[in-house]
Amino acid sequence: MAPEIVLAAQEQQQSTQPKSVKKGVEGEAKPTREAEKKDEQTPTAAKSTATRTETFVFGIPQNGLTKKERQVPLDEPPPLAQNSELKYIGKPTPRYDGMAKATGRGKYTADIQLPGMLYARMVDATIPHGRITSVDTSAAEALPGVKAIHVIEHTFGIAALRDPKQEAPSKYPVIRYAGQPIAAVAATSPQIASDAAALIKVTYDRMPFVVDKQDARAPDAPTVFPGPADAEGSAGGGGGPKNVPQVGNVHGPERKKVGDVDKGFSEADAVVEGEYFTQVQTHSALETHGFVVDWKPEEVTVYASTQGTASVRDEFAEVFKLPKSQVRVITEFMGGGFGAKFGAGNEGVVAAHLSRKAKLPVKLMLDRKQEHIVCNRPDSHQKLKIGAKKDGTLTAISLTSYGTAGVGTGAGTAGPATNLYKCPNLLTEEYDVFINAGPGAAFRAPGHPQGCFAFEQAIDELAVKLDMDPMDLRDKIDESPTRRVERKIIRERTNWKTRKAAGVDTGPVKRGMGIAQSVWYRFINMDSSCEVRVSRDGSVEIMSSVQDLGTGTKTLLAIVVAEEFGISPADVVIRIGDTRYPIGPNSGGSVTAGSITPAVRNASYQARQKLFAAAAPKLSTTADNLEMRGGKVVFKNDESKSYSLKQIAAKMPTSEISARVTRGPEYAKERITYGGVDYVELAVDTETGRVHIEKVFGAHDCGRPINPLGVISQINGGILQGISYALFEDRVMDRKQGYMLNANLENYKIIGAREVPEIEIELVENYIAQSSTDAAGIGESAGIITLAAAIGNAFYNATGVRMRKIPMTPANVLAALGRVSQEETA
Amino acid sequence: MSDTPKIEVSRRGFLKGAGLTAATTVIESASALARDAKEAMQPDRSVGPDAVPVKLHVNGQEHTVTIEPRYTLAETLRDHLGLTGTKVVCDRGSCSACTVWLDGTPALACMTLGIDAVGRKITTIEGLTQGAEMHPVQVAFVKHDAMQCGFCTPGMVMTCAALLERNHDPKLADVKHAVSGNLCRCGTYPKVFAATLDVAQQHQRAAYLLTLNPAKEA
Repeated sequence: MAPEIVLAAQEQQQSTQPKSVKKGVEGEAKPTREAEKKDEQTPTAAKSTATRTETFVFGIPQNGLTKKERQVPLDEPPPLAQNSELKYIGKPTPRYDGMAKATGRGKYTADIQLPGMLYARMVDATIPHGRITSVDTSAAEALPGVKAIHVIEHTFGIAALRDPKQEAPSKYPVIRYAGQPIAAVAATSPQIASDAAALIKVTYDRMPFVVDKQDARAPDAPTVFPGPADAEGSAGGGGGPKNVPQVGNVHGPERKKVGDVDKGFSEADAVVEGEYFTQVQTHSALETHGFVVDWKPEEVTVYASTQGTASVRDEFAEVFKLPKSQVRVITEFMGGGFGAKFGAGNEGVVAAHLSRKAKLPVKLMLDRKQEHIVCNRPDSHQKLKIGAKKDGTLTAISLTSYGTAGVGTGAGTAGPATNLYKCPNLLTEEYDVFINAGPGAAFRAPGHPQGCFAFEQAIDELAVKLDMDPMDLRDKIDESPTRRVERKIIRERTNWKTRKAAGVDTGPVKRGMGIAQSVWYRFINMDSSCEVRVSRDGSVEIMSSVQDLGTGTKTLLAIVVAEEFGISPADVVIRIGDTRYPIGPNSGGSVTAGSITPAVRNASYQARQKLFAAAAPKLSTTADNLEMRGGKVVFKNDESKSYSLKQIAAKMPTSEISARVTRGPEYAKERITYGGVDYVELAVDTETGRVHIEKVFGAHDCGRPINPLGVISQINGGILQGISYALFEDRVMDRKQGYMLNANLENYKIIGAREVPEIEIELVENYIAQSSTDAAGIGESAGIITLAAAIGNAFYNATGVRMRKIPMTPANVLAALGRVSQEETA
Repeated sequence: MSDTPKIEVSRRGFLKGAGLTAATTVIESASALARDAKEAMQPDRSVGPDAVPVKLHVNGQEHTVTIEPRYTLAETLRDHLGLTGTKVVCDRGSCSACTVWLDGTPALACMTLGIDAVGRKITTIEGLTQGAEMHPVQVAFVKHDAMQCGFCTPGMVMTCAALLERNHDPKLADVKHAVSGNLCRCGTYPKVFAATLDVAQQHQRAAYLLTLNPAKEA
């Protein structure tokens, strides 16, 4: 039984990770119960290197901390104490680059200006499906100021036919979605580039198309591909299963099976069953996808708005057959990614072609419309059935889901159903449906917000059927000790105890409360290297190619280094986002904090040990008699001897001491998931159909929090994106013309200031003794997974009606309440 | 690449990035503003489509830039003056990332033509910082972590600072109303509210202390 569940978890890993990091990621996401049993079989640090035994603080403070012994490699530092005993780790620390951001001086990719730089503009397909018969660039070439034009021969990000011979060969790629890039022009100003792009004439042979998922499933629907096609884990992550059956546009199923669901349902005392619908959500990062490429014969310099400088370097090297040593990627400031910005992408490759042709640097930033089309979270149509005993014990879960990632794959939704609770019988079947629309990409907890919307509402429905409090039911079926603590916090600190029965409010405005839970996985990217350097003047730098997407990575690293050297985080110089430094992890799937911080702490420790060894003779002592205490270097045998880092560094015989470290394996693999519980209070106006979120309380876990200030910012963001997803956002496709109707920020509605509820967050410290920092990311499990489900549960509590469709726009709400017919909202 | 940002960035530093346009700088005066505004208003004067030299008064200094009449103020500031703190996100007036002040009032630089800003006092996010001193709203944004990726932050700061100019004692609803046009994708809104209200409270406290001890004002 275990292998299927392990497979399920590995799939989650693939759908989140860009392909370039897959090899380096430890495959360790398995449901907790399986891993606990198998821990002794899993290779860990103890098996490969010389180690010593250390005793770590372990567990959750609310439950009482315990101790745990681990084998630790000899060159790794001693265990950290719990946060309350540390000087910088766990203390709210202002963002390292906060000043640069608040004053507008941070230079994002969109802000890069190089001498002689050209501005590029893409030409996109104006039809949803067809073949290009000609591309005439002559008028554009004749326009003064135009320096280079590139016509695309291979489009990235689209699934590929298993048998390419099923399509007649052509100079141009087949157009499979409106907005697909065709060509690009580089000119001396953005305005000339736009003028020139409008002069490029493209002629097409149109083909039948389909942009509605339901229509696309019909046997006689136009097909997006003439035969079976699979998506590479695209540069933006994503990518579904390969070599599964495909009939027409329906690709799948990917089937996961544990036990026997028929037997499980026959043993059930209660069964809930429902269909759930979620919409396509676009990432809508404020900085669009974009690159500045400066192609020089000796080195290609790429400024990229990316979540993975390493992934960009890898893809540039691969596409252009360049040695990696000749590709330099820089991301100093980055205006949001949310999962969609990895690799070179069409825009990066095109910018490089243009720069090579023009022999000048080229900036290519997508415009807002293109940004809506380049990536999205797939939609879903899920049929979910859960069976349980009278006491709540789950007996069977079956889930069938259809989702569309446009011309890509990766619309699976089974993560929560598979990994949230213990259930002996499970069957999930996930289908991708191709339509003529832009490709899906990894988006904050791929598949989980969709899956959770259905699954956590079904669990609540089950609680109603079993006449149990939804919290009590979860206490019964949830094995996670962390979420148990989180539920307890919510019971104590919210209005949960005053929760009324569903739909008892008599006025037109009805209030309710609900909860939902998330699960995410401890992924570790082993490509996590850094160098820590101490100079003789006592200044400390840390270098890694890892990037800061706005999640606060720079601050995180500053804190870890500061703790080790006893200096203020503000005094550590952070040099990241440049592939000239040791290669760090790409930031997807919440891997960054858990992957890079142990390397950074270990490097800091090693540099400090080297420093002690170098300075000790000049202090007439030995290195092992020196230790850091209260921000000072002191003699262990004589506390009156106390020095600042500056004083010690001055004794170095060389001008610098440095240590370069690559992350080692986990000390153990007991803890492999993270999760949170979110509580929502809302009001539903049953006359206008408006849903107003009044309060959110989130209890969350990211292992050992390094910077609570930044973590809470990120959880706020997950919660607000979750509300935005649940209530407002919706990609609208024109069924007759085949393009996105609302590719802008006024008709594609994202949450604004006036829709922000009161938010309260409690961070649960969770010491797992698996690395030298015990840190973990929070990007995925923070709010985005749970909010739609928690809102759905609160909506039910308010109205007695179950919302099985998002976004909960007034039209959809009034339809669910029976105030208008379903047809009127279609 | 990632040096700790220090606040002492010279005007020259700002201009260096421009590259494309030679910009000349003199200290502005009120009469110069009025003169430029009058010139720009000449009814018989038509310009374009070719580039024309115009004088813009940005952050207390006068710049001459050569721009086509179709260039937006956002493009002019970013591509010609190197003032890239003003961000372009939607480029059609729906997100407020490009918020600057024209004569002290928030305006969308993506919806304003560069030539229409002639004769007006333009303040950008860079102009909020006086020498080595950040504006109190900027300080509060850092303190409260009212930013994540930071791309909406300059626009948010400009909007919130303008609110505090016209309303010294805003309530939460006033702040929400003021930034209701500023979109943020990372979800920094709660901390934007907290930062702005914090500055307002500091103002109130300072004003209260001054009332208690008027001598200190001198």
